[in-house]
Amino acid sequence: MHSNRRHFIHTGTALGALLVAGSLAVPSAFAQTVGTKPVRGGILNVAVSPEPTLLTSAFITTMNIGQVSSKVLEGLVSYDLKLQPVPELATSWEVAPDGLTVTFHLRKGVKWHDGKDFSAADVKYTLLEVWKPLHPFGRAAFANVTAVDTPDPHTVIVRLSSPAPYLLNYINTYGAQVLPKHLYEGTDVLKNPANNAPVGTGPFVFKEWVKGSHVRLERNPNYWGRGAGGEPQPYLDGVVFKFIPDAAARTVALEAGELDVALGSSIPLSNLNKFSDKSKYTINLDDGRYLATIFLTQFNVRRPALSDKRVRQAFAHAIDRNALLKVVFLGYGKPATGPVPSSVVNYYAPETRQYPFDLKKAAALLDEAGLKPGKDGKRLKITLDFDAGGGVTASRPAEFIKQSLARVGVDVELRAGDTATYLRRIFNDQDYDLMISSLHRLPDPTLGVQRLFWTKNIVKGSPWTNGSGYSNPELDRIMEAAGGEADVGKRKALIKQWQQIVQEDLPVLDLVEQTWVTVATARLHKQVLQGDGLFASYGDAWLDAKK
Amino acid sequence: MSLRLASPLWGFLKKRLLQVLPVVFGIALLNFLILQVAPGDVVDVMAGEAGAATPEYMAQLRASFGLDQPLYLQLGHYLWNIVTLDLGFSFRQNMPVFELVMDRLPATLLLMVAAIAIALVLGVTLGVLSALRVHTWVDNLSSLFVLAAYAMPTFWLGLMAIVLFSARLGWLPSGGMVDISASHTGLAWVLDVARHAILPAATLATFYMAVYAKLVRSSMLELYGADFIRTARAKGAGETRITIVHTLRNALLPLVTMLGFQIASLLSGAVLVESVFSWPGLGRLAFEAILARDFNLLLGILLLSSILVTLINILVDVLYAWLDPRVQLSTTGAHA
Repeated sequence: MHSNRRHFIHTGTALGALLVAGSLAVPSAFAQTVGTKPVRGGILNVAVSPEPTLLTSAFITTMNIGQVSSKVLEGLVSYDLKLQPVPELATSWEVAPDGLTVTFHLRKGVKWHDGKDFSAADVKYTLLEVWKPLHPFGRAAFANVTAVDTPDPHTVIVRLSSPAPYLLNYINTYGAQVLPKHLYEGTDVLKNPANNAPVGTGPFVFKEWVKGSHVRLERNPNYWGRGAGGEPQPYLDGVVFKFIPDAAARTVALEAGELDVALGSSIPLSNLNKFSDKSKYTINLDDGRYLATIFLTQFNVRRPALSDKRVRQAFAHAIDRNALLKVVFLGYGKPATGPVPSSVVNYYAPETRQYPFDLKKAAALLDEAGLKPGKDGKRLKITLDFDAGGGVTASRPAEFIKQSLARVGVDVELRAGDTATYLRRIFNDQDYDLMISSLHRLPDPTLGVQRLFWTKNIVKGSPWTNGSGYSNPELDRIMEAAGGEADVGKRKALIKQWQQIVQEDLPVLDLVEQTWVTVATARLHKQVLQGDGLFASYGDAWLDAKK
Repeated sequence: MSLRLASPLWGFLKKRLLQVLPVVFGIALLNFLILQVAPGDVVDVMAGEAGAATPEYMAQLRASFGLDQPLYLQLGHYLWNIVTLDLGFSFRQNMPVFELVMDRLPATLLLMVAAIAIALVLGVTLGVLSALRVHTWVDNLSSLFVLAAYAMPTFWLGLMAIVLFSARLGWLPSGGMVDISASHTGLAWVLDVARHAILPAATLATFYMAVYAKLVRSSMLELYGADFIRTARAKGAGETRITIVHTLRNALLPLVTMLGFQIASLLSGAVLVESVFSWPGLGRLAFEAILARDFNLLLGILLLSSILVTLINILVDVLYAWLDPRVQLSTTGAHA
């Protein structure tokens, strides 16, 4: 049964692949058909879960907020399937050879939904007042920015104290959403009422948000986007986001045609078999490529037994990644080979120390570390924390790891908590042995990966910092050098070295590269596939007429 | 039968309403203290969702939410807010708590009233039928049905109802409260809401229907042998009159008591049903508030729910006196 599913993933996409194959090296797995004959009209019903708490992503990275706000507010670029920037509000950009200035040329004739002109002042304002001080990753991405010049309304020159080669990887609507200066300037950005009723430049205009029910967007008649034949975009009359808290109910709603798209794996993997009829549904596995999410187990290296890297390496040998992928993730994903996922093609380096499934080796390493089996056959008793707030399936990977480690005499006690309890234990109380989580690695390791291993990011009380407590001055030096290296070749070499060190020391076991699944009716088409498709504007999307 | 004199009723209400104040206040105090035990706060959750946050930023948030103050100050602030009828602000939802709750309350009330109505009508009907035809196939079939309804978990029943009526048959919508794409007004809107309410209300009702059916059946059977029924028969009253006026009316007494108790459990049962049917009600809001440690919001919901439950219980007492003339609405506390 399982092999059927995998077969489906890799071949369900042949048609789509043929249509774009001419220009791109198309990856094996995608299914959302790229169409050529747009149809005007229709309302797209989209499931996003859970319901967002606000509708502006400019200072927050919560995925579900990004999925909604990206239809209203835009970024400077979007990303293609190879995660290369594609023009959006910026039409072109240059990085100076010394890496110290980045110039953006902005699209002309763009208007905010309230009729005001979009200009360089908006970008400058949002960069300096919102992204840099308030955005969780923006703080790092724009840390080197010393000044922003706007010589004319359509040019933005960003001046840097030292090169920030990662910057161009983080300027889409999810990473750096441009806000209207005229509505935000001089206000408390976090409490601005426009956060709940956004005014943007995107293809859809915010209409209403009925909490607990839906968000309604309508066509922006003045949108700048044009289709291949010069016709104005968007094609859809509107988009309605429906918030259905129960996963099974979402599945039924999609089957019943009450939903057209379910974004961000909001349909459980175990229900995807209901949507295998290719004449009725498409399954897209590339929309979340930009997030580059890896499922991981993290050690608390402050614990004496876990401070020995041989113990951590033994655990790595004891967990069968392929089986984990099959059993828990139903084949949706890839076994991870290290901290940088394979989708981050520029920096991915698999030629590091690997830990194939090998119980004998695991046992030998544990023996070597002095953890011999006791009379009851147990070598070690530890706890594993997981966030049970992630739905009914949250416990499955935890159970898998418990069983895997039991086979080498490590007794794991599972501790479930809701999100707040879990975060407190790991990042504030630091009272845990093992934890599991899924973390976005983002297209650039300096932003998405460094935070897990950097000594300076051991911050008690702050979620998603270096929670393992791992500290390696040599690695710190390499990561910091990579962050400021303008030369692409040298930077790659440094990041490779970094992956090798991490794979040797293993404060974190990177287990599975997760796939974000978008399920849609086959009537939905897009003109361009995006690596950040979860945050696509849908300006180029349309619905074929019902048959 | 009218309520006796207006004055005892008024006296009763005045006394009971005065009792509500300390009860609600006590509940509010307890709620506040219990929630302090929960690990983590709203800032942890918000920072966790945001993906990253500096300790300075988190401290700044805590200060602006008043979470950095000592507990007694927070408690004092909260109690003062209650006295001044200010429910505070939900920092996570970026809205005043009162507004959030009032947005959701009608949906929950509608669901509750509809569910109670369905449960009462079906439960009483089944109970009466079973009692009239005791130990016949009617009674047996009804008992079987009631047992099944009693034993089935609400969320599962809800999901199965969605699968059958929405996915397979396509008769009823799978969730929500209105058809968002239609924007109905007037009567069309009412019918649309009713269509959406059928499945969740029926799902929520099943358990209570079963309880009521059992209750009515057993108390009716008990009453059939009672002296006053024999007297009524001797006076020549018809069987219908005996069943409805004499027996059922008395059998309703335990039912009303049960109903009063169950209002609170109905409110909590609504959480599951609201989640399964994406019904935009208070139960879901409360659940989300717990997960997000949005205690201002949660305390507001709990406070309003406790007021609601105590008021409904007063109503039940009044109803009790109306149904059973022997019960007097005493202002001294003791029932006659």
